[in-house]
Amino acid sequence: MNEPLLRYLLRLGDTSLVLGQRLGEWIGHAPALEEDLALANLSLDFIGQARLLLTYAGEVEGRGRDEDALAFLRDPQEFFNLTLAEQPNRDFGYTIVRQWLIDAWQLEVYEGLLRSSDRRLADIAAKALKETRYHYRFSSGWLVRLGDGTEESHRRVSRALDDLWRFTHELFTPDEVDEQLADAGIAPRLQELEPRWSARIDETLREATLERPQSVHYPWHGKRGQHTEYLGHMLAEMQYLQRAYPGAKW
Amino acid sequence: MSADWPLYEVFIRSRSGLEHKHVGSVHAADARMAIEHARDVYTRRQEGVSIWVVRSTDIVASDPDEADALFEPARDKIYRHPTFYDIPEEVKNL
Repeated sequence: MNEPLLRYLLRLGDTSLVLGQRLGEWIGHAPALEEDLALANLSLDFIGQARLLLTYAGEVEGRGRDEDALAFLRDPQEFFNLTLAEQPNRDFGYTIVRQWLIDAWQLEVYEGLLRSSDRRLADIAAKALKETRYHYRFSSGWLVRLGDGTEESHRRVSRALDDLWRFTHELFTPDEVDEQLADAGIAPRLQELEPRWSARIDETLREATLERPQSVHYPWHGKRGQHTEYLGHMLAEMQYLQRAYPGAKW
Repeated sequence: MSADWPLYEVFIRSRSGLEHKHVGSVHAADARMAIEHARDVYTRRQEGVSIWVVRSTDIVASDPDEADALFEPARDKIYRHPTFYDIPEEVKNL
């Protein structure tokens, strides 16, 4: 088994899965009917990405676990999503900031993965990249609208940005898994993606009349399986059915 | 929130070569958002390849009270219908 590849696929897949679940929590609660559908569409895109990545991860692992077993029967410490993805929705501003930061990250990662020596991963990235371009259009549009909107929207989206910014350090802090995959030509080097991400972020922040928060050099360790308290609660809800009624189908 | 947003009428072209058709409306704060909302509400199942949106207030409509004056005169002029031609089978979408 290729342990680093498995870990890398779980990181990407879990990030999409967890973010997809978070977005799904908005269904029936979004500020407008049209946004309800928009968030549901985003959610389904992420769950679609997660399905491809987790299916592949299950095959690499070779222990007979499929996408469902990986999504619904793992405990929080076996999830390797970015810490940012699991942060709660709180309000629409938080949701948009979280979305926008991850969309910008995925734009760079998927773009880099197009040149992966792993054909299957490159194909998944090519499909996901099209979705991600739309996601970024959506989230950056809202960031500008909220930042450069009313006094209240500006205040609230600024607070969300300040709160969530500390989780961005993890996005570009490589560990041995990232390094090994980059050496093998499977994954792009995270440090090389950072400047483009940063430039994109700064450009949108300017348009949104928002200040870039101070960097916090604490790399949260979601991608190493160490999570904030929020993931456990989210998984308890997401996994309830399969845990309570193992193998339930409809 | 959406109650404060203006209404946009949505037109979707289902395939290249066909015309845009009115499919409904969305609320949106601006034109860009209207396109996104139209995309999310009306093209979720691959219904379209192109979207037009236009502010509902920018549409000039005929007055229903004038319907007789506008449309009645056409009713007894069936010779204006191209029903007297044989249409070759290969011609689609006529």
